[in-house]
Amino acid sequence: MEFLKKNPKIFQWLFLLIVFFSLCFAIEVPETYKFIRGQAEFVKDPNQSTFVFAGKEVRYYAFDVFWRLPPLLGWLPIWINDSLVFLMNDWMPMEFWNEDTQEFKTRPLLVEITRKISFFMTFLIELIREILIGGLNTVVTFTSWDWISENPWAELPGLPWTIVTAGAVLLSYHLSGKGLALFAGLVLVYISTFGQWKPSMQTLSFILVAAPLSFIFGLGLGIAAFKSKRLEKALYPILLVMQTMPQYAVLVPAMVLFGVGDHAAVIITMVVAIPPMILLTLLGLRAIPPEIIESGKMSGCNNWQLMFKVLIPTARRDILIGVNQVIMVCFSMAVISAFIAAKGLGYNLLLALNRLDIGMALEAGLCISLIAILLDKMSLAWANKQTDYFGNLTYFERNKNTIFFIGAFVIGIILAYVGTFLFKGTFNYLFEIPHNKGISTADFWNKGVDWIFDTFFVYIKAFNTWLIQEVLQPMRALYLRMPAVATIVLVVGAGYLIGGIRSALVVCGLTLFIALSPWWDRALVTTYMATFGVIVSCLIGFTVGTLSFQSKGAAKFMLGVCDIFQTFPSFVYLIPVMMLFGITDTSVLIAVIVYATIPATRYTIEGLRSVPIGLHEAATMSGVNKFQRLTKIEFPLAFPHMMLGLNQTIVFALFMVIIGAFIGTEDLGQYILKALSDKNGAGIGLTLGICVAFIGLIFDNLIRTWVGKRKKHLGIA
Amino acid sequence: MSDAVIKCESVYKIFGENAEKMLQEANGNVNAKTFQENGCIVGVNNASFEVAKGEMLVVMGLSGSGKSTLLRCISRLTEATGGKIFIEGQDLLKLNNKDLIDLRRNKMGMVFQSFALLPHKTVLENIAFPLQIKGINTDDSISKAMDMVKLVGLDGRENYFPRELSGGQQQRVGIARSLAVEPDIWFLDEPFSALDPLIRKEMQDEFLRLQDKLQKTIMFITHDFDEALKLADRIAIMKDGIIEQLDTPAKIVLNPATEYVRKFTEEVPREKVLLIEDVMDQSTNDNLGDLRVLKDEIIENVAEKILTQEKTVGVIDRDKNIIGSINPTKIINTVFGGRKNGN
Repeated sequence: MEFLKKNPKIFQWLFLLIVFFSLCFAIEVPETYKFIRGQAEFVKDPNQSTFVFAGKEVRYYAFDVFWRLPPLLGWLPIWINDSLVFLMNDWMPMEFWNEDTQEFKTRPLLVEITRKISFFMTFLIELIREILIGGLNTVVTFTSWDWISENPWAELPGLPWTIVTAGAVLLSYHLSGKGLALFAGLVLVYISTFGQWKPSMQTLSFILVAAPLSFIFGLGLGIAAFKSKRLEKALYPILLVMQTMPQYAVLVPAMVLFGVGDHAAVIITMVVAIPPMILLTLLGLRAIPPEIIESGKMSGCNNWQLMFKVLIPTARRDILIGVNQVIMVCFSMAVISAFIAAKGLGYNLLLALNRLDIGMALEAGLCISLIAILLDKMSLAWANKQTDYFGNLTYFERNKNTIFFIGAFVIGIILAYVGTFLFKGTFNYLFEIPHNKGISTADFWNKGVDWIFDTFFVYIKAFNTWLIQEVLQPMRALYLRMPAVATIVLVVGAGYLIGGIRSALVVCGLTLFIALSPWWDRALVTTYMATFGVIVSCLIGFTVGTLSFQSKGAAKFMLGVCDIFQTFPSFVYLIPVMMLFGITDTSVLIAVIVYATIPATRYTIEGLRSVPIGLHEAATMSGVNKFQRLTKIEFPLAFPHMMLGLNQTIVFALFMVIIGAFIGTEDLGQYILKALSDKNGAGIGLTLGICVAFIGLIFDNLIRTWVGKRKKHLGIA
Repeated sequence: MSDAVIKCESVYKIFGENAEKMLQEANGNVNAKTFQENGCIVGVNNASFEVAKGEMLVVMGLSGSGKSTLLRCISRLTEATGGKIFIEGQDLLKLNNKDLIDLRRNKMGMVFQSFALLPHKTVLENIAFPLQIKGINTDDSISKAMDMVKLVGLDGRENYFPRELSGGQQQRVGIARSLAVEPDIWFLDEPFSALDPLIRKEMQDEFLRLQDKLQKTIMFITHDFDEALKLADRIAIMKDGIIEQLDTPAKIVLNPATEYVRKFTEEVPREKVLLIEDVMDQSTNDNLGDLRVLKDEIIENVAEKILTQEKTVGVIDRDKNIIGSINPTKIINTVFGGRKNGN
């Protein structure tokens, strides 16, 4: 009792848990209750209850409100969908001049706008794509099909792979030096010789449009939000939701607005990539010391100069992290947008995964990851580039890269021309190595997978069965056994204990939204998978982080590994697990664990590193041993930062759980994926996405509030 | 208008939402306490003074005394709430944005406590920055910046980044940057406060050497009274936004206007601050010894000579006219005694 008196918080938490569990036991499971599989709730069933709200009929299985709340928000997806349909079909019809038919045509305003945007995006992508691999769409845009038929020569030939490779090597050398140049060369030669040239260039053209546009818009909006408090306040909640929104969920509404194809993919990518860019721009600009701004003003900067010559370069570190995020998201989306028919490596990867052709998937995935790392490093080098004012250089030295490139260009063309004679009748390997005509290690991998399967089948299967039967199924059953009211009490109570009434209200609102949507059960399954993943990830991440922190070299190495792994598109993580565990929940969970361990490890190392040196020395002088120092000094001080890592881990885990729906899970993700092929899916997809985002935000709110308080308490805010 | 380069008339800076309205209602009688009760904080309270061409005014005060706020009002980094500020006769507060930028580009330079160097630019680029902002082409601005690098003695380090330099070196860059456009008015906001004592002394000497050469009009902010005594032509001592006393170092040491100012002067080694002129007797009698001392000699330098004399020593000006006298007792009193009663 003495102990409890000293720690009133522990007493409060205990009380909360007791209330929660007694509610769980007090509320009986209704006899008719069962987990709804498939889309059974859309089938008419006499047992269902209905209500009508604003003209929309919502059907659902009614239970005691303590067990499951009725889906009072069930009209929301239908309403969103109807609104979208209305906007696209009937809202503000206007007369537009049609070039082809030479007459005015009536069309809704929104359709016209989305078409114009789509056209612009398509043009940009096609232009870059045709420079890289050839084609005639760009020429058609400026002329017409008739003109093309009359002039068969008028086709962009595309650059031979030798020239693109030389260009990339020279650019890397110019930006950074020999190391990056060598890496760039190896990556591009690899892509070419393994016959991945065409899809890689398709993906690249998509990235080269999406990434700069996201960067520009993100930076612009970030600056605008920095200058106007009101805009920031309006943007902030949207940004928060967008950051935790699964990428699948954005696909569906975008499909309705922009159709399918590369242009829609670019727009979705921008929607996903811009929020982190805005947040990081804002963060960086905020952190600038006021004296730097004053020194800029006293140097006589006008507003424009102050922003672009002083503020943005000073905030460069955070903005660069933003660029890194943008590139990461772009590659991630390059794969996911294959679901809406974007071409490129992602499409091949998806196709291969669907056919369970692990070897092909591995090669495509490796290509994407390599290009991602290369672009990431190049953008970093570009931002860090310095000018040398005193190099008394000759004309040749100053322009050697340009000269070399022109040289390489000429040689490349000559080689390609020679190639036409060398490889008469077959493919011109010096121009482009076609898909499947390059070297392929796919067979090797497939055989390897088969071998692993044959050899270890028994063990893998045993592990798989054990995990599913002994751990996952019981855990899932436990989660589903939670009455809605008890869950809300637990979450709101936690909110109150951590952050007071304000936090309690916020998490209450977020939880109620999910509880009142038709997908509470599914949300519980998503949460269960995420929880399992997060627990294991944190165990691994905290352990690995702590261990590698013991040596400086190891810590640096681990951070480097985290950097590289983070650049991999999230989908790529599914490849190796499917190799080993096939299509089961285990696969998804292992992918979740691997993916979510990255932030857990990173934040642990960073947190431990941030403990001031003075404290280390003070601890050493008090005669602590290594273990004591870790438990008494370093952990308590690093803990707030590690909790931020936990926050990231949860977000990463949720992302991967939803992506795991591709393998086949029974959570919110499954419905989001289904909504993709549903003509009325937009509303459902969006609402589901918001539900997932809210799960993330509940944890986000609790953790951030706690960390804020804790940091203030420790005086390291 | 006199030859005052900077002229302030009843400058107020009050932070808070209804600052302007409250200032109007206060009718020139601002009481920090009543303002604070209404959610306003008084930064600068009725500051009036002039700085003449080539003069160095040091504003001294502890943290929170409003000295930096005053400087920022005069450089218009913050807008003064009330009062008038003239820079070379121009009404600063009425300048539009373009003229203000012009003024800063050509007439003003400023050095900051935390150096405020741009982290992504090298020493040379930092110094050339104000020139490039003005629109001077790269070659000219770089060669001018190189002259500045030499002026502050950083040759050979022009391609370093600020993070690769020590604090003293970084502040040299800050000084060079503020001088690059050859401004007439030089603002220094606690430039040496972040430096080690030895480096600080070195930088102060360096600063005096530069000022000897350049003869700028200077406003120098510091919280270090010794630094103020060492550098200033005149010192303004601030407390709670009010200028408590504005005078030459010697007069402040000899006649502190308020109890607050006296506390600073108590520990000051007078013989290092005061000149013979400040303590001599105006009267001259015939009973003078043979020794003569110059009136603007610092006491410390001649004390030993005077103390070995038995007779009263004559004080002369530069034209060797006797203008006063000083006896050894006076010196002893100045150095050792009478501190408590201010003498």
